Amino acid sequence: MKQKIITKLLTGMAGLGIALGAATAFATPESDRQELIKYYTTKYPNVKLEDYVYGALAFDADSKAQYDAIMEFPPYLGEIDKGRKMWETPLKSGKTYAQCMPNGGKDIAGIYPQFDEAKGKVVVLKNVINDCRVANGEEPYEFDDGKTMGLLTAYMRTLSDGMLTNIKVEGPKATAAYEAGKKTFYSRSGQLNFACASCHVQNGGNRLRSELLSPVIGQTTHWPVFRGGEKLTTLQDRYKGCFKSVRAVAAGAGSETLNNLEYFHSAMSNGLPMKASVFRK
Amino acid sequence: MRKLHQVAVATACAISAIMLSGSVLAQEAGAKKAEPTGKELAFERKKGNCLACHAMPTQPDAESAGLYGPPLIAMSARFPDKAKLRAQIWDATVANPSSTMIPFGKHGVLSEKEIDKITDFVYGL
Repeated sequence: MKQKIITKLLTGMAGLGIALGAATAFATPESDRQELIKYYTTKYPNVKLEDYVYGALAFDADSKAQYDAIMEFPPYLGEIDKGRKMWETPLKSGKTYAQCMPNGGKDIAGIYPQFDEAKGKVVVLKNVINDCRVANGEEPYEFDDGKTMGLLTAYMRTLSDGMLTNIKVEGPKATAAYEAGKKTFYSRSGQLNFACASCHVQNGGNRLRSELLSPVIGQTTHWPVFRGGEKLTTLQDRYKGCFKSVRAVAAGAGSETLNNLEYFHSAMSNGLPMKASVFRK
Repeated sequence: MRKLHQVAVATACAISAIMLSGSVLAQEAGAKKAEPTGKELAFERKKGNCLACHAMPTQPDAESAGLYGPPLIAMSARFPDKAKLRAQIWDATVANPSSTMIPFGKHGVLSEKEIDKITDFVYGL
């Protein structure tokens, strides 16, 4: 009997752990991910795990049908094409981006962000692009410049379409960066007192006004998105938008805070296919 | 479409507000805007924005409400003590630390007077 109560208590505490994101000494990125999957598949048994790459659309058949129709002839293809031209234009050294990156830049987006031991910090895909540029005689792009970095990543990510997300967190420094990102995700902030998790763990699949909230799982697989047709929005643009919505001061694009957040966030989509670029309303 | 609707609602609210307080407005010659009602504060996106999370089944104009929180209905039966309802709006995390409700009073999202008015309105739902 006593054992049963203890077990119940422990289960309850584990549940609370998911809800509040209390970090336990035993939590690993893999166990964090499994717990989130368990939480969602229990709450929404009819939504298939592979459909989480569609975000909130996975919870609304009508919106998904509209999305499918729009994706037959995406309105943003001209924008992607601008990115392709940038990708194919040689840098000052004469080399192209493809020549500067592992595997010609194909099927690599799924392993970013990753922890760079030499730099001692998390690098995101945009860092790889800028490293390429600098090594080949060009100025680095601003992370939040949609016309340059945005379009280039929008095209580059299409080269990894279908690649399974595979974020590795190995070693104490990488783990510390992951934990820092996790802390940002689960900490409440702003005058309105929301954590990322308030909406995207506790209320994923629920409606805020008439908007469906997307769940944390699968969220990082489909960026950048073209909102309303052609408006390019990167993942870190979206982070900044969320912080602003809860009336918090957002860290800048490419900052350690947002890169660590993206590191944790992406690891929660491990095993799910990349789906870039896509339309969102 | 939704925007149009909002404009329509906002206009309707503004018109009714002017009609209700017509004499006051006339006296002040539009120098000061009419004080918003509890309902207006509750509906206003930059103020209570209650509908973002809560449905109000007894209010026909409470459209596009969210499902984040429980629907606001039979409130005087659910909160016989009005002070408890007010405390819930002021900071819901006191009663439930994992509540995602905005601490309207504690974080100064609304003034004490605005919370009083919204409490009165919600209590009547």
